[in-house]
Amino acid sequence: MRPVSSWGRLSATPHDVVELADRDAVAMALAGRTPGIALGAGRSYGDECLNPGGILWSTRGLDRLIAFDEARGILRCEAGVVLRDIQRLMIPRGWSLPVVPGTQIATVGGAIANDVHGKNHHAAGTFGDHVPALRLVRTDGETIECGPGLRPDWFAATVGGLGLTGLIVEAELQLRRTPGPWLEAETLPFAGLDAFFRLSEESATDWEHTVSWIDCTSGANVRGLFLRARPSERGAARPWRERQRVIPFTPPVSLVNRLTLRALNTAYYELNRRRAGPRIVHYEPFLYPLDAIGDWNRLYGPGGFYQYQCVVPPGPGPQAVRDMLAAIAEAREGSILAVLKTFGDRQPPGLLSFVQPGVTLALDFQNRPGVLRLFERLDAIVRAAGGRLYPAKDARMPREMFETGYPRLPEFLPYRDPGMSSAMSRRLMGS
Amino acid sequence: MNARTRIVVIGATSGIAEQCCRLWLQRGPADLVLVARDAAKAERIATDLRVRGPGSTVEVMIANFVDTADIGRVADATTAAGPVDIVLIAHGVLTKQELCADIAACRESLEVNAVSPALFAEAYAGHFAKANHGTIAIIGSVAGDRGRRANYTYGAAKGLLARYAEGLEHRFAGSGVAVVLLKPGPTDTPMAADHKAHGRRLASVEDVARTIVRGIDARKAVVYAPPLWQLIMLIVRHLPRFVFNRLSI
Repeated sequence: MRPVSSWGRLSATPHDVVELADRDAVAMALAGRTPGIALGAGRSYGDECLNPGGILWSTRGLDRLIAFDEARGILRCEAGVVLRDIQRLMIPRGWSLPVVPGTQIATVGGAIANDVHGKNHHAAGTFGDHVPALRLVRTDGETIECGPGLRPDWFAATVGGLGLTGLIVEAELQLRRTPGPWLEAETLPFAGLDAFFRLSEESATDWEHTVSWIDCTSGANVRGLFLRARPSERGAARPWRERQRVIPFTPPVSLVNRLTLRALNTAYYELNRRRAGPRIVHYEPFLYPLDAIGDWNRLYGPGGFYQYQCVVPPGPGPQAVRDMLAAIAEAREGSILAVLKTFGDRQPPGLLSFVQPGVTLALDFQNRPGVLRLFERLDAIVRAAGGRLYPAKDARMPREMFETGYPRLPEFLPYRDPGMSSAMSRRLMGS
Repeated sequence: MNARTRIVVIGATSGIAEQCCRLWLQRGPADLVLVARDAAKAERIATDLRVRGPGSTVEVMIANFVDTADIGRVADATTAAGPVDIVLIAHGVLTKQELCADIAACRESLEVNAVSPALFAEAYAGHFAKANHGTIAIIGSVAGDRGRRANYTYGAAKGLLARYAEGLEHRFAGSGVAVVLLKPGPTDTPMAADHKAHGRRLASVEDVARTIVRGIDARKAVVYAPPLWQLIMLIVRHLPRFVFNRLSI
């Protein structure tokens, strides 16, 4: 038994961690010792990858590549391979993962089980849109190969299926051609949500990556920085060198708190506003700035933090976002990591995929008394607008909100592996 | 000297060795020979490395590591195929100390962790001496620096390797052959799963491999990985007995 935390560090309960290392022996490792849940890089924020007192099957040792078809760009690999590993290996060879979330330090299995999206959702869809095939091993020993064209019902249940249909052991990934690691990027300061939606619409066709940082202390009349980028044939004058920093220990109190919140946001806004305008950047620092700071989640202190990420449909979306930002500013909560993005109209492949057309808002909140009450207010706004929350980030949504937000849940349940159970599945599905 | 690096890895299925191979391929085309006991495991790793380094060659050789004839055969075959630039001797098992109360298990631990790697080093030393070229890199351990109740069988085996490497280094001083002894601390590999279960902090295998690959490049006689262990073991080695014996380290 050893203590395991997810990315939000809200708990550190002991788990019986079983390290998987041999892709051909997974069925044997799962047999008879249930229930449990797969643990990849541990980058989900809440209780999705936790099973306190029980078994976690760690896939970190399943990190081997199996085959690469250079002509078609299809990579087959084990589920524990970290996305950054693929990107660093393949981009110099002219291939890239089409979809990567806000961190590259997630595993292939985790990216599938959460059907993650990136800043290019409007252009590329979700991670599951680029998985031609995957191999699932069930706790009863059955192996299921599935994909969009092969047992598509199993595929639809497993993509975004929160690891509950079995253990994802291998996957094929359709990579796509890339001119290289460089992006042509622009930072555009904006004031007000109307300006944000205008910029999103304007940028949708010509800019592959779009995302906005917002100052969550600025309330309904929000100020922010709209970031957009697209692949560039041209490189920067100077080569990029990785500079890895690390938060060496957990400070006794959260460094992001009510006293520092406004100053941090203003500083971030002013510093980055000065860098406004077009430039050539390397994809890593632009798309995954936080990956350069190891263990940044320690900044929130020993109590950990929540992330609240919702999506609301396009019609009621703008008003819902306005209402949420007003509620957050009024509660004087939030952090420096507040993100706003519009999704494209493409429907995701999974029965429980999070993404839907509309606008998504994501914010971190230090874990302190009162923040759960704020979430209830935000929940009410999201539900009234017909939106839903992202399980990968969630540690507390009420079960009925999950059920109304994910209407295809009844279709999903028959595909569950009875030997797979997490703290999240017990909270949201009762088992 | 040939432009491509030719590397032989003994015990290629060890977590640290596998990461070293990934780093070597990252730097450019190389020719690797993976020598291992378990064919299926070795093939999985070889396949992965071939995908990572399409311009490189990766060959698998299966051997019995405690069979002198096999050790000789591996050394002869790999050096006959062309000049070897680096041999990384990486195999070992972390036998729990309690199990060594059974002297058969104790013997096995000593053979696998000490006798076998020393014989591989000796076999390659002969070939490298003739070619006046090559680096013999041996994975020892910080556990070899001072005997402790928690793992003295393993520690004694690794200590033997330290002395062996020292002697080889003396033998080859001033020649074209280099001897590098690598001393990792507890590292996050499958071998150390037990350490992890006890909640101990482990160095990441990627970091340890980076330090090792750099140390081999620099042909340093002794490399601690992570480097901080050099200081820690300096202190541990010099603790007076009356203090050391009261510690449960």
